[in-house]
Amino acid sequence: MSMVILYTIISLSGLGTTAAIVLYFVAQKFKVKEDPRIDDVEGALPGANCGGCGFPGCRNFAEACVKSDDFEGLYCPVGGNDTMSAVAAILGRDAVEQDPRVAVLRCNGSCDARPRTNNYDGTATCAIASALYGGDTDCQYGCLGFGDCVEVCNFNALAMDFTSGLPVVNDINCTACGACVKACPKDLFELRKRAKKDRKIYVACRNEDKGGIAKKSCSVACIGCSKCFNVCPFEAITMNNNLAFIDADKCKLCRKCVLECPTNSIIEIGFPPRKEKVESTEKSNENEESKDTNSGEIIKNKEE
Amino acid sequence: MLKTFTIGGIHPSENKLTGHEHIVNLPVPDAVTIPLSMHLGVPAKAVVEKGETIRTGQLIAKGNGFVSSHIHSSVSGKVLKIDKAIDASGYKHDSIFIQVEGDEWDETIDRSDELNHRCSLSQKDIIQKINAAGIVGMGGATFPSHVKLSLPRGKKARFLIINGVECEPFLTSDHALMLEKGEELMVGISILGKALNAEKTLVGIENNKPDAIENLKKIAGKYKNISIHALKVKYPQGGEKQLIQALIHREVPSGGLPVDVGTVVFNVGTAYAVYEAVQKNKPLFERIVTVTGKSLKKPSNFRVRIGTAVNELIEAAGGMPQDTGKIINGGPMMGKALSSTFVPVTKGTSGILILNDREARRKAVEPCIRCAKCVSVCPMGMEPYLLMALSEKQMFERLESDRVMDCIECGSCSYICPANRPLLDYIRLGKSSVGKIIRTRKK
Repeated sequence: MSMVILYTIISLSGLGTTAAIVLYFVAQKFKVKEDPRIDDVEGALPGANCGGCGFPGCRNFAEACVKSDDFEGLYCPVGGNDTMSAVAAILGRDAVEQDPRVAVLRCNGSCDARPRTNNYDGTATCAIASALYGGDTDCQYGCLGFGDCVEVCNFNALAMDFTSGLPVVNDINCTACGACVKACPKDLFELRKRAKKDRKIYVACRNEDKGGIAKKSCSVACIGCSKCFNVCPFEAITMNNNLAFIDADKCKLCRKCVLECPTNSIIEIGFPPRKEKVESTEKSNENEESKDTNSGEIIKNKEE
Repeated sequence: MLKTFTIGGIHPSENKLTGHEHIVNLPVPDAVTIPLSMHLGVPAKAVVEKGETIRTGQLIAKGNGFVSSHIHSSVSGKVLKIDKAIDASGYKHDSIFIQVEGDEWDETIDRSDELNHRCSLSQKDIIQKINAAGIVGMGGATFPSHVKLSLPRGKKARFLIINGVECEPFLTSDHALMLEKGEELMVGISILGKALNAEKTLVGIENNKPDAIENLKKIAGKYKNISIHALKVKYPQGGEKQLIQALIHREVPSGGLPVDVGTVVFNVGTAYAVYEAVQKNKPLFERIVTVTGKSLKKPSNFRVRIGTAVNELIEAAGGMPQDTGKIINGGPMMGKALSSTFVPVTKGTSGILILNDREARRKAVEPCIRCAKCVSVCPMGMEPYLLMALSEKQMFERLESDRVMDCIECGSCSYICPANRPLLDYIRLGKSSVGKIIRTRKK
């Protein structure tokens, strides 16, 4: 009996050793040479695999970083400048800096502002609804409210506000990965430069209809009156197809345009209340009140 | 045994309420809105200006490129403006607004009812005339007819197939046409045959229209090479590929055109429009539209000027019923719900269907139970449940290799699904995404 056990042990260990030796040489022969820096770079990346950089995952981005001589076209929006400088340090190159950005929704057509003119009872995704028609209001440019953007957001930075029917961006969580920009069939999201204290001024509308028609379909639509364009001291505003657009790079956040806008389609977020002297006329007073409640609401939503 | 196609197919309730209603001329409306893109391809370019006085049948927009179509005024009056207006697509597009004043037709149009048999024009002249009249496929796809008639070099159309199937439930505009305008229709068909130099012409009609089959058979006796075929009632037999298979047992290759198997298919409505264009010089500015629905007081077949608002058609058919749930442009299978009744009738509007609340209601979507009913009914032999899942997961490469682009969007899968899954919605989404990928790859 003991002999059987002995033979078994000897033969099995012999077999194991031979296999180990063969495998060792095979592994040496067919070794895939990989730049060890790829692992280091991948370690420095956030590891969210969100695709915000344009690559399928963090490892692909790391490979591209190691391969390229400069960081042209390579930027991790989630990690931002900190991550990119860490990557640059590993690779011994100069870091590329970009201004941090944040997503904003260029539509403010809440249920109150945009009367519903028909009912949609089809599949509740924005992609399918927009393939079928302009939407359940008369504005064919505005938010459909089925939350395709919320679905794709990996960072918990978007949530549907069910009172307004619009998604709300949480500035703190938003990494500007651009997933919502790709998901929105109406192209309503824009990645804007982050200003101090997350202050923002932007035209929350994409309606390209003529003024009268736009106003009829939505009370907070941009009617293309050019008042903001004329008042802007920094030439940050451009008018195109009956629609104003504020260039975040040029905008100095002076808030002159906000007061000027007759339909309140320009939104200001994150500012302290205006001083008394600005409220000299009744009209601007009204304007300001509505603005304040507006931004207040958005901040409240974020806290929730 | 009656002929039909071999793969898949369904048999929805026919509901042909207006099969024997005479075609009624709808009075000329007070104003029309004529969209500049009523056809497949590049939108036409307006050639009239605001304030211009125009006559019925006058060219108001020129085709912009080869795959495009001319557009003619359907009324006489004044051009109010050229502006964006919502059309049946649910989006705003450029349109010409015309205020109607009287009904003065262009002098070149022959308005008599007299049948004109003789056509001595050459092949090229016929195609030229069809192009000038702005004729597009009237079955719904609205593909410009002159493009279809100009065969690619080296290809020959041995068979001309005329589609009188009208397999969509409720719709009867083709049926009414075949009953009332059989003689004219046959002349149109023979002109098309001449333009293509086809050896044989086959007219396919589903067996639920025995009177139309009989009528056309009687007339076809006078013509050489034209034969009328009764087909088994099965949806979607009116699909080009299905009809070719049913009639001449040939299969159009994936990604190919009917001309690859030596055929060209035209709808009966198109053949009638060709008759009017070639023999009467009348451009395409009116068409037959079925206005139907179970709750409607007077479901009818109307001859309507292009650009008339849909609500006028509904008024003429007895007004909007109280229990209206959905208004559909087209038939119940492939039609699309309208978001407004102020959209104009276009060259491709074959019917307006009013569904009541109960009919229009969608049932709750349940999980797929893998019963494979969608697979068994798909006339293209595909696996709709799989395509839907791939589209949901955005696996577009896989969708492309599974030939999603072959889908004819007939809706048989969504119709048959016992779990009420929106199969076609997702497949259509996948198709448009894959189409975009293919187009960018070509660039």
